[in-house]
Amino acid sequence: MQQTRSVEIGTGLFVLFGMSALFFLTTQTTGGDGFSVSDTFEVEARFENVGSLKSRAPVSMSGVTIGRVTSVVFDPESLDAKVTMVIDAKYDKIPDDSDASILTAGLLGSQYIGLQAGGSDTYLEKGSEIYFTQSAIVLENLIGKFLVGSQSGDEE
Amino acid sequence: MKALIRDIYNTAHEFVRTFGAFQLFFLRLLRYSPRVLMRRPRLVVKQVYNAGALSLVIIMVCGFFVGGVLGLQAYANLARFNAEDSVGTVVALALIKELGPVITALLFAGRAGTALSSEIGLMKATDQLSAMEMMAVNPVRRVLVPRFLGGVIAMPFLVAIFTCIGLFGAHVVAIDLLSVDVGAFWQQMQLSVDIDDIHEGVIKSFVFGVVASLFAVWEGYNAVPTAEGVGRATTRTVVISAIAVLILDFMITAVML
Repeated sequence: MQQTRSVEIGTGLFVLFGMSALFFLTTQTTGGDGFSVSDTFEVEARFENVGSLKSRAPVSMSGVTIGRVTSVVFDPESLDAKVTMVIDAKYDKIPDDSDASILTAGLLGSQYIGLQAGGSDTYLEKGSEIYFTQSAIVLENLIGKFLVGSQSGDEE
Repeated sequence: MKALIRDIYNTAHEFVRTFGAFQLFFLRLLRYSPRVLMRRPRLVVKQVYNAGALSLVIIMVCGFFVGGVLGLQAYANLARFNAEDSVGTVVALALIKELGPVITALLFAGRAGTALSSEIGLMKATDQLSAMEMMAVNPVRRVLVPRFLGGVIAMPFLVAIFTCIGLFGAHVVAIDLLSVDVGAFWQQMQLSVDIDDIHEGVIKSFVFGVVASLFAVWEGYNAVPTAEGVGRATTRTVVISAIAVLILDFMITAVML
């Protein structure tokens, strides 16, 4: 009897240990990207070119993540990309003439949206649109410009 | 010439026969499984203890060092591109999706699988299984099914523990030894590991648990009932489990990618 008891205790401990390991894996190694608030408001922005921006990319202001991109879709009428993002509701004093640009974290990092504060007295709220946007820098375009630029320089 | 053809025919015939017997054996185990789980849970608990709790030491030690060496290698190669911050990502994805399930399955086959098949083989060699049949006790239900279920239940937990300890090992190596930034280590990991990756690891660990326990039980039950036969069955368990696990790993990855 004593022996069965110790076997049962050992098994119980093992299974508990295994479950907590699984729990740790599912909660600590995934998703927890520092932004998981439920109270948010939605803002829109249109970009000529979003580069490789994906949904769930961070929206940051002064380097602090304040929101997250929820969808990136192409608008066939205005022929540009419509980016929808949610911003933490506690940041309700962002001027509505702030500008949004698509930036890259590091040289090869993923892309995110950086907001630069404007000077307006009215603030971004649910459903408002950011009008001043700056597209992603596409490396090929940059190289193309550089090549064309240097060629015309030679001719002059 | 005639003899050669006959040999080839016999070998092929024997192979197909074994293969079919194996499928039927698997089905028989599955059919008895629910009943054993409901009526004799004690037997299963004992086997979860044997296969799982007693394998913890080897799993944890190996997990720690596998994680550590992954951290070292990832750091050494990523540092050339100034991308040390991605060490966490590389280690976590490698452990969760591939190395955790595969190495645990190989260790499991070596530690628990061999124990199972030699135990069952020895029971057969000493006529204990026949004795049970004489007493109208079904040895498949009484001996094989609890051992099979114990392995199947223990494997996913072992894999989860292995992966966690591996992450801990990588954490120790990368942050304490190589001074990677601790925030970057975890944040980059969390950004790139998806819940689907965990699902893939869990599915793999479950499949490998079924495969490794199944081969162990099968080899033990079909061992030639001599000292040599039991030894051979034990060896074959490890060889076949390892091959099956690696092939299945490739197939599951190809399907899930």
